[in-house]
Amino acid sequence: MTLDEVLAGLFPNGSDITLTGGIVSGKGFLAGDSQIHVLGVAQGLPLGVDEAIALARRVIDIIKSGDQTPILLLVDSASQRMSRREELLGLNEYLAHLAKTLLLAEAEGHRTIGLLYGGSAAGAFIATALATGKLVALPGAHPAVMDLPSMARVTKLPIDVLKAKAEATPVFAPGLDNMVRTGGIQLVWDDSTSLAAQLAAILGQPAGQDERDRLGAARGGRLKAAEIAERVTSLAVNSPAESRRV
Amino acid sequence: MTAATANTSSLSWYEAGARQRIDALLDPRSFSEFIGPEQRETSPHLPIFDLPRQFDDGIIVGRGRLGGLPVLLAAQEGRFMGGAFGEVHGAKLTGLLRAARMLGQNVLILFDTGGVRLQEANAGELAIAEIMRAVIEARRAGVRVIGLIGGRAGCYGGGSLIAGTCSSLIVSEQGRISVSGPEVIETNKGVEEFDSRDRALVWRTMGGKHRYLIGGADIFVDDDASAFRQASIEALQCQARCDLPMIEAEQRRLERRLKHFGEANDAVEIWQAVGIDKPAEIPGLPTEEYLRRAADKRENADDAR
Repeated sequence: MTLDEVLAGLFPNGSDITLTGGIVSGKGFLAGDSQIHVLGVAQGLPLGVDEAIALARRVIDIIKSGDQTPILLLVDSASQRMSRREELLGLNEYLAHLAKTLLLAEAEGHRTIGLLYGGSAAGAFIATALATGKLVALPGAHPAVMDLPSMARVTKLPIDVLKAKAEATPVFAPGLDNMVRTGGIQLVWDDSTSLAAQLAAILGQPAGQDERDRLGAARGGRLKAAEIAERVTSLAVNSPAESRRV
Repeated sequence: MTAATANTSSLSWYEAGARQRIDALLDPRSFSEFIGPEQRETSPHLPIFDLPRQFDDGIIVGRGRLGGLPVLLAAQEGRFMGGAFGEVHGAKLTGLLRAARMLGQNVLILFDTGGVRLQEANAGELAIAEIMRAVIEARRAGVRVIGLIGGRAGCYGGGSLIAGTCSSLIVSEQGRISVSGPEVIETNKGVEEFDSRDRALVWRTMGGKHRYLIGGADIFVDDDASAFRQASIEALQCQARCDLPMIEAEQRRLERRLKHFGEANDAVEIWQAVGIDKPAEIPGLPTEEYLRRAADKRENADDAR
């Protein structure tokens, strides 16, 4: 779906949203006089220092407004922008800063919902969609860590071999289904019914803890993560301070 | 302090393995590990690629004491799969950070990583996201999360984003921090954009001296375990708020960096703009002289990280 189609589906009551240089910003009008902040990366834009700082500024302004209104983050991006300039300027700080603003917004009482409607990859995916409290996707969305041809180059495996292995496990290959099965995406929306109603349903759910690892275990795509994390937490919390020699 | 007698001999942080680093960093015999190698919690995914596994999956997590104070600690082993984040590897750090929040105990993360482990890329990517969230939740509870960067594998990819969520970073000259590695940039954008074989370019663009000068790291140390230990003790005393004033201060700091250095083509130009005397000499300077020239000139990130 295009951004316009997504916005039309989400906000039958209208919206006031601008798209400037691939950055989405504004408000959507929900049923019953309520509103939602809308931010995003569109048009398959790579996320560099300039885009990240602009988005972070928007999130901070929202937190400062103190209105507790939810934030919807629309994502159709490439990966992080790969350039000498970005790394010279410390891209890791800019991407982490953007993720922090989203996490902080949530901690300060704003629901944060990510909607992946196109692509996203690697550092851009981590700094945007994966930093929201709930992440949903539209059919056709295509998240990735790295595309298979690049992965073939790095792992020195023929692409046919990688494709065959990808049939057996959701753990490494790109794609929406794999990201759902590993628990990164909570839900794939049905694009043949009202997006507004599906948004309302997500907003109606209580904000909760990070349950992505448990979701991945329940869906059979990431069997170890939740168990390992829980064991470490429990060992650290329950073992008495002075008798922990292994 | 109980620790005064320990850790006096010199050990290169860059050359050392993860377990050596822990021994040299913490108070003697204070460390105990959670889910140690004897439990053989290995990666379930590497066998799909006919790759060898390691019994600790390339990360050690546990608790110990530093300068007499209790800390939680995670140390990545850069010599196994480049210290990359896989499912088990990442989950151990996530679990440790969740415990830190519950216990209100400070955390040290000894980074040594190329980023996400491609053979389990989705699990690794999600682990990074879970870890970043757990860092922020721990910091919100008042916990300091201190990153130490100076290992052979550097701190790349998703590891560099986690580093960006830490409350303070200790770095040596060898500690490279970058999202896209030199080879990744060259492969995707061409050798004209980044020549990954130009080691001097790599060090001055991503290395610890540059990061410290622009405020990308807080404490600069020699490549020596005892120096990392002293700096860690110091970092445990730092303020570590994680609230709206902090994030606003960071926003201003990062906006200012773009405004002042956004047009620079090379690190030396940035160091010149920072006001460093004879900036081209920076890469060759010994630590003491480097710190002398950096003092009062470097951008700092105090209360803005």
